[in-house]
Order: sequence, then structure tokens, then C-alpha cells
Amino acid sequence: MSAALLVLALRDPASVARLDAAGWNHLLAAARAERLIGTLAWRLADVAVPDAARAVLDDARHDSAREGQQALWEADRAVDALRGTDVKLVVLKGAAYVAADLRAGRGRFVGDLDILVPRDAIPVVERALIAAGWEWVKEDPYDDAYYRQWMHELPPMIHVERDRMIDVHHTILPLTARPTPDAAAMIADAIPITNGLYILSPQDRIIHSAAHMLADGDMQGGLRNLWDVHCLYQEGLEADADFHLSLLDAAARHQLIDAVRRALRLSHRLYGTVGTVDDPLRWTDRLFIARLLARDGWGRETRKALVFGFFVRSHWLRMPPLMLARHLFTKWRKGHRPQ
Amino acid sequence: MRHAITLRIGPATFRIGSAWPQPIAALARLYAAYPDVEGAIADFTVRLQPTSLMRRFVRPSIFITGDHGLADAAPMSLSHGLLAAEMGMNLQMALGWRRHLLLHASSVEKDGRVLVMTGESGSGKSTLAALLGERGWRFMGDEFALLDCDSGEILPFPRLVSLKNQAIDVVAQTVGEARMGPMLRATAKGDIRHMVPRADAVARMAQGGMPALLLFPRFGHAADVRPLGQGEIFMRLTQASTNYVALGEPAFTALTRFVTTVPTRAIDFPSGDDAIAMVERLWEQLA
Repeated sequence: MSAALLVLALRDPASVARLDAAGWNHLLAAARAERLIGTLAWRLADVAVPDAARAVLDDARHDSAREGQQALWEADRAVDALRGTDVKLVVLKGAAYVAADLRAGRGRFVGDLDILVPRDAIPVVERALIAAGWEWVKEDPYDDAYYRQWMHELPPMIHVERDRMIDVHHTILPLTARPTPDAAAMIADAIPITNGLYILSPQDRIIHSAAHMLADGDMQGGLRNLWDVHCLYQEGLEADADFHLSLLDAAARHQLIDAVRRALRLSHRLYGTVGTVDDPLRWTDRLFIARLLARDGWGRETRKALVFGFFVRSHWLRMPPLMLARHLFTKWRKGHRPQ
Repeated sequence: MRHAITLRIGPATFRIGSAWPQPIAALARLYAAYPDVEGAIADFTVRLQPTSLMRRFVRPSIFITGDHGLADAAPMSLSHGLLAAEMGMNLQMALGWRRHLLLHASSVEKDGRVLVMTGESGSGKSTLAALLGERGWRFMGDEFALLDCDSGEILPFPRLVSLKNQAIDVVAQTVGEARMGPMLRATAKGDIRHMVPRADAVARMAQGGMPALLLFPRFGHAADVRPLGQGEIFMRLTQASTNYVALGEPAFTALTRFVTTVPTRAIDFPSGDDAIAMVERLWEQLA
């Protein structure tokens, strides 16, 4: 499994000294497939690397730097669009890590701009963004109604000139999911980065990341999410020796303690995160680890049955069974198939 | 993947894997004269994989992907496997190359100085470069010209030349069967046949040259030569580049220098022979 090579290289950069050319090809293909090659380039900045690999890593560093710059600009444009509305704009995930200059932002590829705003401010935000040039990506009445009734975010929007997507969240999990995090408290606890731009508190960053990875999605990009958790946790601990306690306390408040504890067990096991309280692996953790490492030396996903199992699980977590059946039936009629 | 080959073309190394042996065998034959880099660390991985488990065996259907993929790329039949591999390499370059500014252009060299030809698909730039490459010029590439942002040089990327429709016979008669790939009928772009560049083009594929003339050829019109404004040339070249935006300021600076120093003409021509005469004449006058 080549994702294991990637995990090892991120955890212990000196380990790449043992790689032959085939090993490098496998490592680089897995890192690209997991969108972690920019991160890998940062981690390997100070170790000896063959010239051919160094050239690839330099390109990745260049690309991630550009993406980071672009993400900052998008965040700046969103702040500008909401100026005068009194809405507190919290930026999430990659763009937030870059904007706040966190370790998780180094070399990170940032895709869409994810923002969190109070649910009752959604109509104001929607109007402000549309006035500033964002528009709906696709107008499908079923999807639109579905998002608005059940999801934690609006349907995605795209900027008409810059071609960049924005996801407007009003909480961090679908409304149909069993845990109900307190989004208002998260927004209240958010910390200013720059004038008009906020980031979640150190605890809430990890809770959001863990929720996104373990209580919502199908683990696509899981290694990258887990790397975020690892970096965020180490930084939290460096700033505050009692970080673990305050993190679990906040996680309990948001009904996400299971997801957070699992994320910490996984990141300790894979990335060697220190300071996590001794919490032995569960047998189910092994399934998660097998899913996270399901990537071969050509960058292909392996373990199809397990991957499909996690796809089904992601829907199961999102919705009660009857609703899930109705949703999948509607999607199936429209010709949607899981990847 | 079960079948694999590593190829170096100009500055880029590709690791190509395939679920079927045929595309790899075709590459091995046509790239036989290229440097042996088996087992090297590759810049890019290309994958030719079945669109589904069944489609590996029944009416085989190739999904082209790799480090950089396009989700909506149309699948291809196994009989077009060579084309799929070439498209896979082009895709990786177009989406992932960052070490030079990529111009969708053909290029040939004489006396260390380079003629660059750019235009849309069907403009005749590939055929012209292939023909010039047989007549005293060194063929440097027919798909991408690589502009070095620091030195201003054009670097070669001499892959197989992809010839389409009427151009196939014209070139095949000139170069002979030994350097021609299999005829690929009824692809999305019509009939396609690949041509192996001459040995000198392969042997000198690390050697660039300064650009001396830029042409925008257009095949199938009455002979004509027109000058173009620098603003228009600049815009056309940004549109002909897949990584101009990704490279940022160095690309802007390099392209500005290119546009302000390299003489440029748009040329129309009715046939290959006319085109070669026009190109040679413009080279004498301008370069």
C-alpha cells in the first residue's frame, strides 16, 4: 500500500532516504492522488532528495503557494462582499489555515472557499454574494430544496469572473445527522484573523475537521483531513498544556466526542501525534485505517468493497433510513452513480 | 499496473501504465530510439485503465487518467490505445508542467535559432513542422513549445508527431513506412497516424534555441501574409498556453519579452509546398 509510504514520509521525513526510484514513483503518485504533495514538499524541504524528485516537489510547492494566495484573495473578496452587513464571517478549513498561517496550511492545496455564518443571516449573505458576482452552479429544484431543507450549507456558488467556488455553511453537519453541534457557540467563540475575517477557536477547528472527516463524508481525502487534525492538535498543545481537556470538553458540548476521539486515535497511530491521551485502538479503527491507506503505487484507489462500504456509511450517517432510501431513489432516477 | 513503460521526452519523464499490453508495445516500438530511462523517477504518471471491470475484456474501453485527470474525458477503444497514451502524456503536461511556459505550438530549429508556429487544431502547424523537419530543419515538437522564463529559449518536446487526415499521406510519402505508426481510423479527430521524428531531433532533444520567428499559419486559404499587433499576439499566446496563469509573473515577463522581440506574421496557404516556400522566404527576410 503506497499510502503507507506517504504517511511514513510525512511522519518521518528522514525515512525517504531508504526509497529507490520505484519507491519515489509510488510515493509521489500517492501524494498527488491524496492532494498532499504540497504538504509533502514542505515536510521534505530539509532532507536529501534525488534531483528528479526535488524538481517534482518544487513544482508542488510553487502550486500550493499560488493556491494559498488565491484562497486568501477569495476570502478577502468574501469579506468585501459582506462589508456593511454585520455578519461575522468565519472562514473554514484550508483557506482558514492559510489565512491564520497555521502549520496545517503549509503546502496545503485549497479548493473551494468554505465559510460559516449564522443560520438566520443566510438570506442576507446570499443577497450580498449574488450582488458581488457569485451565482448558483446548477439550478436543480430537487437539489436546491434538498440543500435548503436538510443540509448544513447552501448549494455551491461560483464567482462569475474568477470561476472560484464558495460554500456557505450555517453549521458543520447536515441537519439530518444525529449529532447537532452548536454552531452559534462556535461562531461566538471564533477568533479574528484580519479585519472582518474570523477563524474557529483552536478546539473547534479540530472538532470541525473530525466531524467533516468521520461524521459526514466517505473518507475521500481522509489522509489530508487527518494531517490537518495532526497539525492542529500539535499546535493547540504547544500553546496550551491542558489543550486535550478543553478539546474533549468542547467536543462533548457539540456531541462530537466520538468523532474527535477517533480522529486523535487515528492521527496518533498514523502520524505519531503526541500528547493524545492513551486511548487504545478499537477494532473499528482498523477499518478506518485500511480505508485511509487504500491507495496503490499508481495513485489508484484499492479495496473497492471497503471504499464502497464507507460511501454507504456516509449516507447512513447523514440521513434516517427512509429518507436515505427516498434520496438515493431520486438520485438513481436522475442517473447518479457512486464513483 | 500490469504493463508499463517509462519515456523521457525533452525535459519530462513519463511513467505510463496500462491494463492491456498493446498500447505499451506500440510505444516501445515507436519510442525505441529515445533514451533508455527504465526505472527512473518520473515527473508524471499516466494510466490507461478500463472504464469498468468488465470493459477490460468485453469491448475494451480505455479511461485516460494519471496524476492529473479530467473527469469528463471521453473513453477510447483499445484499437486507439497508442493515441490514448499520447493524449495521456499531453494531458499531464498541459495540466501539470510548471518548469516552462507551455505554448500550444510546433517548433523547428536552424542554426541555433527557432521558428515557432501556433494556431488552432487543423491550422497545419504539425504538418508544417513535420515537413520542415525533413528538409534541413531540426524538428523540436508539434504539440508544445516550452518557453524558458529565465533564458527566453525555446526547448524541444519532440514526441511522436500526430498527423491527421490528408496530412498523413503527404508526410508518409516523404518519410517512409519505417518511421510511421499504425493507422488509427475514425478517432474523434478523424484518421490519425503517428510519425517518429528523425534521429537528430531525438538525439538533440535537450538542446534549445532562441526564438527568431513566430508564425500563425492557416491552411486552406489563398496565400497571404499579414502583420499582427503586439497586443493581439500576446492575447493569442496566453490563450495558446495551458499554464500561463499558473506560472504567474515570470510567465508574464517572459511572454512580454517574447512578443516584443520576436518578429511575427500570420500566413495563409493553400498547400504544403506553398507553405514551405513562404516560410523559407519569411525566415530569410525576418529571422
